[in-house]
Amino acid sequence: MAMLSFERKYRIAGGTLVGGSLFDFWVGPFYVGFFGVTAAFFALLGTLLIVYGAAIGPTWALFQISIDPPPIANGLAFAPLKHGGLWQIITVCALGAFVSWALRQVEICRKLGMGYHVPVAFSFAILAYASLNVVRPILLGAWGYGFPYGIMSHLDWVSNVGYQHLHFHYNPAHMIAVTCFFTTTFALGLHAGEILAAANPGKGKPVKYDEYESAYFRDTIAYSIGEIGIHRLGYFLALNAGLWSAVCIIISGPFWTQGWPYWWDWYLNLPIWSTGGKI
Amino acid sequence: MPQFHTLWTHIELRGPDEAGPPLQIGSPGRIGKPFHSQWLGRIGEMQVLPTHLGPTGVASLLCGFIAIEIIGLNMLASVDWNPVRFIRLLPFLSLDPPPAKYGLDPFPPLREGGWWLMAGFFLTAAILLWWVKMYRRARALGMGTHIPWCFASAIWLYLVLGFIRPIAMGSWSEAVPFGVIPHLNWTATFSVRYGNIFYNPFHMLSISFLYGSTMLFAMHAGTILAVTPLGGERETHQITDRGTAAERAALFWRWTMGFNSNYESIHRWLYWFATLVTLTGGIGILATGTLVDNWYLWGVKNGLAPQYRPAPDLPAAPPAKALKTMQDKVLGR
Repeated sequence: MAMLSFERKYRIAGGTLVGGSLFDFWVGPFYVGFFGVTAAFFALLGTLLIVYGAAIGPTWALFQISIDPPPIANGLAFAPLKHGGLWQIITVCALGAFVSWALRQVEICRKLGMGYHVPVAFSFAILAYASLNVVRPILLGAWGYGFPYGIMSHLDWVSNVGYQHLHFHYNPAHMIAVTCFFTTTFALGLHAGEILAAANPGKGKPVKYDEYESAYFRDTIAYSIGEIGIHRLGYFLALNAGLWSAVCIIISGPFWTQGWPYWWDWYLNLPIWSTGGKI
Repeated sequence: MPQFHTLWTHIELRGPDEAGPPLQIGSPGRIGKPFHSQWLGRIGEMQVLPTHLGPTGVASLLCGFIAIEIIGLNMLASVDWNPVRFIRLLPFLSLDPPPAKYGLDPFPPLREGGWWLMAGFFLTAAILLWWVKMYRRARALGMGTHIPWCFASAIWLYLVLGFIRPIAMGSWSEAVPFGVIPHLNWTATFSVRYGNIFYNPFHMLSISFLYGSTMLFAMHAGTILAVTPLGGERETHQITDRGTAAERAALFWRWTMGFNSNYESIHRWLYWFATLVTLTGGIGILATGTLVDNWYLWGVKNGLAPQYRPAPDLPAAPPAKALKTMQDKVLGR
């Protein structure tokens, strides 16, 4: 049941971080493990609390449902359930579920004799989430600085925080993050297109391998990074997109309180510009 | 002591240069003597060149050169040909489209957008010729044309921004200026002018595919790097002859999230996520100002957003003095 033709020989005991053999089994296609139990607990509790928050809230319109953080005046204290307390518990649940999921991936890596690259990559996404809703609110002194859990409300939050800094495109870390997102997607299109083009050359033509893949990029852009290189590049770009997203929001408020356009004054006022007289 | 040989290459092997598969009869030859870079070899292949330029490649590079010359010389002229000011203000300098009064006039005065139109023409020609080159190389090597079609999706967004939407709106002034900060200013202004582009459903889709692409590339690249000790980076080989690397990569995700792709189908997921970023983005831009004038009000009408009350203490516009100070800063005055 739910097993691939080659799967049985890979389903071996061991490799767990916590719990020994207690949860070392599969349910359908899913591996469980100690962290599978904690992930399920946190995910279920968090989701139910969101549904409860929606039920006591003003609307069931999917795009308008929002679980808001406590008001700024509440500071870093525990808040009443209906006034941000739900948001606080849901945040704990989210972090619990994310970290459990990453550690469960580690256990699966150990079972399969694989490197830890995927859980390490995932931890960058967790870092970005924690930066937004834990680290930055603590630095600013109120949970109210976190973003609300809702489809439109979190977009409104992004928009509002952006305009609080006048023009967020001038944030240098935001520039790096956006560049990484676009470059990752660009490299992804090239890589995926290349593999599909080599494996699907058209009716009657032989499948192509690395010699042709390299030749295509050398012929068009003079350099082919190669099969392992493209995955190193993609990994580097994608992780930096997450990392600089975290940096760009952590510095907005705690370390830079003015509009972001003003940050560039240091560049416009460099002493080198006055070389050879006033300009 | 960890070695991290999946993250960079420790021992670089230098074999004979790869010349590439033989060319078709009558095709211009490859050019450039291959050379090796030890630093490139740390993460990827050492060999750079030879390359295949061909008539479309040469024409494309020429058009691109002309476009960049027009843009650069106009920016230099805008600072009175002063090289120090040019370098200082380069991120802020702009080559703007014609003002609205010229509508779709194909020949406005050079100083009032004529140069912008000419630069746009040559840049577009360069991009389209490059597309032809990408397509012809894929065909010449007997491969599928997947990359050119993904590229075409990016060209679609580019053409919507600078050509199709301005025509639909009846004025070149709607298009994006050339310049680093100016194109960011255009983007922010565009969003505010049309009632916050976050409420545009095609913008939502485009952003989702952009973030999704980044997430999928991290998942895919992480998986492949994790199985490189088993030869997992040789993807087309694993597609035609599945090895233990492909089996473990598949089982990793099956056990993690109950579902897995395979070495070929993952690239279809990746391909469509990357392609749909600009495909949906172009639709969203084209609908803005033509079909929908205010995305927030559109969202209220369609149940996306509640009707927000105006903030009681917020002035309708920023005080004139503060506005001027900010503009001066932004423009480097």
